[in-house]
Parts: sequence; C-alpha cells; structure tokens
Amino acid sequence: MGIVASVLKKFHGGVHPPGHKDLSEHCAIEPMPLPKRLVVPFHQHLGAPSEPVVKVGDTVFKGDLLGGAAGGISATVHAPTSGTIVAIEEHVVGHPSGLTMLCAIIEPDGKDQWNPQLKGVDNPLSLEPVAVRDLVKNAGVVGLGGATFPSFVKLSPPRDKVVDLLLINAVECEPYLTCDARLMEERPKDVIEGIRIMLHALQTKECVIGIEDNKPKAIAAMQNAVAAEASQSAAAIRVVVLPVMYPQGSEKQLIEVVTGRQVPSRKLPIDIGVIVHNVATAVAVRDAVCFGHPLVSRIVTVTGKGINRPANIEVLIGTQVDDIIAHCGGLKPDIHKVVMGGPMMGLALHQTNVPVVKGCSGILALTRGESSEKPEHSCIRCGSCVNACPIQLVPCSMAWFAKTEQLDQLSKADLFDCIECGSCAYVCPANVPLVHYFRYGKLALQSKDREEKKRELTIQRSKLREERLAREKEEKERKKEEMKAKMAAKKKSGKEADKQNPAAESGNEAQA
Amino acid sequence: MIEAVLSMGGLALAAGLGLGFAAKKFHVEGNPQVDNLTALLPATNCGNCGFPGCRPYAEAIAEQGETNIGLCAPGGVEVMEKIAALLGVEPVEMEVDTGPKVAFVREEDCIGCTACIKVCPVDAIIGANKQSHTVVAEMCTACKACIEPCPVDCIEMVAVPTTVYSWTWNKPEVLH
Repeated sequence: MGIVASVLKKFHGGVHPPGHKDLSEHCAIEPMPLPKRLVVPFHQHLGAPSEPVVKVGDTVFKGDLLGGAAGGISATVHAPTSGTIVAIEEHVVGHPSGLTMLCAIIEPDGKDQWNPQLKGVDNPLSLEPVAVRDLVKNAGVVGLGGATFPSFVKLSPPRDKVVDLLLINAVECEPYLTCDARLMEERPKDVIEGIRIMLHALQTKECVIGIEDNKPKAIAAMQNAVAAEASQSAAAIRVVVLPVMYPQGSEKQLIEVVTGRQVPSRKLPIDIGVIVHNVATAVAVRDAVCFGHPLVSRIVTVTGKGINRPANIEVLIGTQVDDIIAHCGGLKPDIHKVVMGGPMMGLALHQTNVPVVKGCSGILALTRGESSEKPEHSCIRCGSCVNACPIQLVPCSMAWFAKTEQLDQLSKADLFDCIECGSCAYVCPANVPLVHYFRYGKLALQSKDREEKKRELTIQRSKLREERLAREKEEKERKKEEMKAKMAAKKKSGKEADKQNPAAESGNEAQA
Repeated sequence: MIEAVLSMGGLALAAGLGLGFAAKKFHVEGNPQVDNLTALLPATNCGNCGFPGCRPYAEAIAEQGETNIGLCAPGGVEVMEKIAALLGVEPVEMEVDTGPKVAFVREEDCIGCTACIKVCPVDAIIGANKQSHTVVAEMCTACKACIEPCPVDCIEMVAVPTTVYSWTWNKPEVLH
C-alpha cells in the first residue's frame, strides 16, 4: 500500500538504553492544582520569539493572547489561566546557559476561566484546509515531542509538494518518559479526532501511527479506537508496532523504519512526501479546532528514582518545576540532578525555579546511581560511536575536529546533520562527551558565521559612507562651480547691458 | 591594405611580447604578509590604532617595524592573538579584555552637536542637529572613534550582555 513499506526497515545504528518506564507508566494523567505564580516565556518554540501584546496590570482570561507570532516561523503564546499580569520581565528559563528570557508573570485569580469568546468548530472536516491551518496557528500549537516546531507550518505544505503519508510519532523512545503512552491509553478517541483534522488539512488519505512495542496498553487502546472509527471515513489510519530502538522517535529515523525511504541531508520529510507530527500534537490540534482552546497546558512525566511520587501530570505552561516537584512529594535526599526532557537529550537544570514550556515532556529527578559523570579519556578509535550513529556520521573524528578547533573540517563532516541523540556518547568506552563537543562546534560555527556577516556589513557600510562623502564633496564642488558661473554670468550680462544701454539702470535690474 | 595589416599586427605583437616579458622580468612581489594581516583586521578603517586605516596598520606591522600588535581596539584580544600566531610573536597586554562592547549615547546628556555622527566610520550613529543621537548597536564596531569628539562626554562603551541567543557552549574540559 502506497509509500508504507510492507516490511519494517531498520535505520543505521541506534542503542538500547534501559527503559525505566515502569516507574511512571501505571500513573494515570492527573491535573495539578493552580500554582501561585505562572512564568510564561515569550519564546517557547523554534523560530522567532513572539512579541508581547499585553502590559503589566492587565487582567486576562485563560486562553488570551500574551505574545503574537513574529515572522513566518514563529508561534503565539497564550495565558494558561485567568488572572493578572503582575510583571513582564527577564526570568530564568530552562536553557543550558542558565540565562534569563523575557517572560510574563501571571498571578492566577483561582477561577481558571476560559475566555468565553473562544468557540470551537462543530464540524471541522467541513472547513477549508487553510482555515484549519489558521486555527492551529492562532492557537500557538507547536510540536510537543520536544522540537517545538510551529505545527501550522507542517499542516500547510507548499503547493508543488504532495503529501502521501501522515506519520504520527507515538514512539516515545526516550527512556523514563510515559506521557505519550498514557495519553494514548486514556484519550485514544481524541488522538484519532486530531489525526482526522490533520489529514483533512493536508488533504491526505493515509496515516500511520508508529508505537514501540514496549507500550502494549497504548497499542491496544489505539488499535481499538482505529477499528471503531474505521467505518466512518475513507482515510486509512493504521497502527504500526515497532521494535524498541533508540532514537526511533527522531523524525527521519521513524520515516526510514516505516517507509524504507531516507530523507536526504538538508532536505525535509515533505521532500519525500511525508509529514510527521507527534501524537500529543494531534490532541492539541483537536483542542484548538474543536474547542478553540489554545495550547496552554501539556502532559509532563515526573519520574526518576529521586522523586518521591512519580506521576504523569497535566501541567499549565509556565508552572515552575519547583511547584511540580513539591506536588509530587519532593526530592529524595540522594538526588544528583534534575533534568528537563528525557535522559538522552534533555538538559540538566541549573535551578529548579524555571517554568515548564511547550516542549517539556518530562522532569527527571535522577539519583547518583542513575546518572554519571565519568572523566573523559582519550579516544581509542574503537569505532563504537560510528556503529551507533543513526545518521551514519563519524562522531569520533567530529569530536576531534571540535576539540582542535578545526571548524572548517567540522562543517565538512556534516556536523549540522547530527541530531544530538546521544547514542555515540552512550556507547563511548572512553566517556568522551561527544554531544557536548558537537553542540560546542555548532554554536562556534554559527557565531563565526555571525561575525563574518557583521564584518561584511561593516565593509559594506564603510564603503557606502565613503561613497556618500565623495558624493557630498562632488555636490559641494558643483554648487560652488554653479555659483561661480552664475556670478560670472551676472557680471557679464551686467557689463553687456551697461554697454548696450548705459543709461537704462532700471532695465539692468530687471535682467538680473 | 595587406602592408598596413601586417605592419600594425607586427607592431602589436612586438609590443605585446615586450610588455609580457617586462611584466615577468620586472615583477614586483607585493608583501603577502600585508594581505594576511589585513584579512585579520576588522576592516573598519577607524584609525584608532593611530594609522590611517586597517591596511596601513598591516603595512606598518609587516614592513615598517611597528611592534605593538595590540593597537586594534575593535578587534580586541582575539585579533591580537591571531596576529601574534601569524607572526610567531608573543601576545601583548591589551587594555580591553571584557568581551564585546558597543558605544552608547546617554541621551539625556546629548546636546545634538552631530560631532560623533561625522566621525563614525560605519554611519552607525543617527540623529540630527539639536536632536539627541543614538548608536545603532548592531552596526557599531566598538572602534571608539566617537568618544573623543563628544564635547559633553556623553558617549561611553558598554558591554554587550550575553543572552540565550548569543550564548555559546563552552568546550568540554578534559578531566583526568
């Protein structure tokens, strides 16, 4: 059938880290009581930061716009609850630098009241595809798998591209995380509804939901929901069960497993006719279209051996990690670090007063036994990282180039194809922090690029200035000449007039 | 007709050969080091180093025995270190060492004299007569050319803060 391979393919490399999903997979999704303060960053997505449209002192309803999208790739940000904006200020956020970002600080009024003007669409499938896209855009929906790419972009493919397949990413290959699995177990119908809306927006007939086989309950729930809905529509939705392998949840790897096709370097999935959306994004799209509810909350897995009560919680965006940890009974004494996201790709937090953002799928409290920082040894060129890399790069050479500042070589080694999945660092027997080197290299290359651009701008501007000065000088000279010529002409004509009619003073004046 | 063509053609050939030979024989080799150094300097021609521009400073270092390689304020320590590496000399002490900076006009003190606008080598200062001026930070190269001409000393160099957008990863430290 179509683009989907009859037999599942395998991508290169990959690793099998211990799953640890048993800690939280039995925890039903629970709501969390309203915190005292919400910190909503204006930049929670890939692309340009949103621009504040509220001011301090404003009262807002749940779902009111806080920040408007700026530019083509950007997303809106909404108030997660009703209350008062008490400040718009720099606040520390979950970023590897530990630096601050512009945030709206909201004091909830306790009513948690949606804006009454927000209305859903009764029959989404009767809408124009473009209208669906606009609803999704205005609701600030972004990819909830972690990459936070604005979803409306991936629902409006360019006219010359045909979408053969909508691939729903329900792989959840990161260890520990169970939020997507719980979502599928508890709200399978919502997922299917979201998928139907997405299929309609893309004008596509075929959809595959990819789930790893370590989530039997989620698979069963989705299969039942698909079977129940099958008679209602012409679209073919299928659940495909995948063997466990990290990083199968990476977009390009998942496509390769399901379709057997590789997305070429520097190309997008749309170039081979596939669009991938996360399963939680499908539900967010459904809420945006059917209820008019912007994306103001998400499901977060709180887990790890360092937390007293692991849980899956529906958290308002802007809730601080501290509040969530307190809600889950606090940290155990042998805590080593708190990680935002999964253990493979997440980031260790400097402080725990940072807010949950749209891309935050998990909060891991890891003990010393669960995480380790071993000293780096010299690379022994064993090639384990080469075998593990899902992109078929050569991590050991890339790390060497980064270490020795050979930035040109680094970009030639396709550094920017690296998805930072961490498989190489996971298998490295010498504990080389490979991904750290790649992140360092990527930012070093980018900042070199910025400097280069600034240098070009400087050269261009100083050239323009020289041209301007030359032009002004020329203009001055010309004016001087003109003035001289005028004076000369005046003199001459005066003399001539004098000659012609020395007596007529008045005629001379008239000529001048 | 044919004589004219032949004589003119012959003349052109003789002249061409002569010129070609002369170009080879009397070729003057430019100093490649000057080009190398110019490439390292920031190309603002701000004159902060005391030379009339970046290339003259490069020429001074390469050919006229200028030994202070730390005169380029916009380039900072980074450029100085690159020059040191290129020439194989020791890096020198420089006064600026606190990261990137830009010029900043204290607008409440500015009297709008346009003196700074006239000297800015990249036209990064905007404003009009008797109107407060301001520096477009993205274009400022931190050459300090505007500081001295200001009659009320309202221009200062301020550090560019690191944000989540300009921050870069540090290199992993090798622990043993």
